Amino acid sequence: MKSIKNHLSLIVALLSILFSMQVFIIVDRSLEAYKENLVTNYSVIIVSQKRLSKDDIFAVNTMISDIKELTPDSIIDRLNTGMEKKNIEFLKLTLPKFYKLSLKYYPSTKEIEKLTKDLLSNSSIKKVENFSHTHDITYKLLLLFKAVVSVFAISIFIVTSLLIFKELKIWQFKHTERMSIMALFGAPVWLRSAVLFRLSIVDALIASAIAFGLFEYISTNTLILEQFSNIGISVVIFNPIDDFILLLSVSLTLSILLASLIVLGHKEEV
Amino acid sequence: MDKVIIAKEISLAYSNNETIINKASISINAGSFVFITGASGSGKSTLLKSFYGALKINQGTLIVGGVELKKISTKKLNFLRRHIGIVFQDYKLIKEWTIEKNIMLPLIINGYEKGVTKIQVETLLKHVRLKHQSGKYPPELSGGEQQRVAMARALAHNPIMILADEPTGNLDDYSSQLIWNLLEGANTQLNTTVIVVTHHIPESLKVDYKHFHIEYGSINEVN
Repeated sequence: MKSIKNHLSLIVALLSILFSMQVFIIVDRSLEAYKENLVTNYSVIIVSQKRLSKDDIFAVNTMISDIKELTPDSIIDRLNTGMEKKNIEFLKLTLPKFYKLSLKYYPSTKEIEKLTKDLLSNSSIKKVENFSHTHDITYKLLLLFKAVVSVFAISIFIVTSLLIFKELKIWQFKHTERMSIMALFGAPVWLRSAVLFRLSIVDALIASAIAFGLFEYISTNTLILEQFSNIGISVVIFNPIDDFILLLSVSLTLSILLASLIVLGHKEEV
Repeated sequence: MDKVIIAKEISLAYSNNETIINKASISINAGSFVFITGASGSGKSTLLKSFYGALKINQGTLIVGGVELKKISTKKLNFLRRHIGIVFQDYKLIKEWTIEKNIMLPLIINGYEKGVTKIQVETLLKHVRLKHQSGKYPPELSGGEQQRVAMARALAHNPIMILADEPTGNLDDYSSQLIWNLLEGANTQLNTTVIVVTHHIPESLKVDYKHFHIEYGSINEVN
């Protein structure tokens, strides 16, 4: 019973690290999906005195993915109060040209500023409307959300790592006598500490297996999937191969690393 | 004759700087049977500890099995200890392991094959008359039985030298006799060097031995 309790404390600690890590991954994926969603609705409008070729605009900045010329027909229709066709054509020629630029991805504020500057460096372009105010609010909200989740995940990682370290120290203390006896018979450090490594590896495997089951369940839970579809994004909550390999590697590396730190820091008792 | 231990003007002290052995010298031939006696607190066990590197000498030179112990690396010390069998007064058995596994310890450390280990452990269990108790754990045995297990463990890997610290200190006559017989057997049949720290040298011993006595920090040969 006592042994199960000891294992549980390490498993729960590892599980909380894996959980916070996977939550961070889900948030990151959600933000990326949301950004993709935003980029389809986001565009920059430019006003030029002359007609611009697509190549001219593409050359300005690599972020630009598509260019559409906006026809002035709707404006002319509003002004058209019995104008002659010849005058309308003339008006069309004298009106500035409007272009709508689509971007490859949702840009950061700095990227938007750079894009505006690059576009204005073309002498024909007289105005760039980047809707920076709306963009800024949305983008900063996304960044804030990601930062909060990162801080949360990192805090959990640090606190829990310290807890695991302490737990392994307790294990080592429990096995000190055995390790000292083995040392008297010339056992190398790795053999003396085998029990510590075995326990930490077993617990890392158990924690990873539990995390796998938990996230497999979450990723197929209709209630959670509905929440994502409500905000119009589709996210892979848990990839049973890639994500599991990552979780397993993190829990094994962390527990082996902490066990090694304890073993290397141990002073021999004689 | 080869010397298995050469100690020249060694001084030993614990951390409180209280000198236990003061510039003493001793040399022990390979294959000999040696007793080290002395009053309680005279430094017998301290001297023995220095032989297996559990206590560093403060000055002088100490060579065990051809290895200078003063500046020995952990790797070399481990290697040396793998060729020594130690019997402690308090047995130092691993409580969570069966007595069978306790005897296996030096064989595991020395990387013996499973088959060899099994045969060796069975033979030793027979020698120490504990075959019927092989699955038991140390706390389930009497003091005498535990010391017999410790003795079997010390002999398991056919060491070049056995260091025994008061091996029969609190034992009944039967266990004591069994332990002396085993130490004698190891010395005469396997030519193992045996160094025993004790208060009393048993009269029943048939083997030739050397006797050193520790008094006031110096080591003196008695016979």
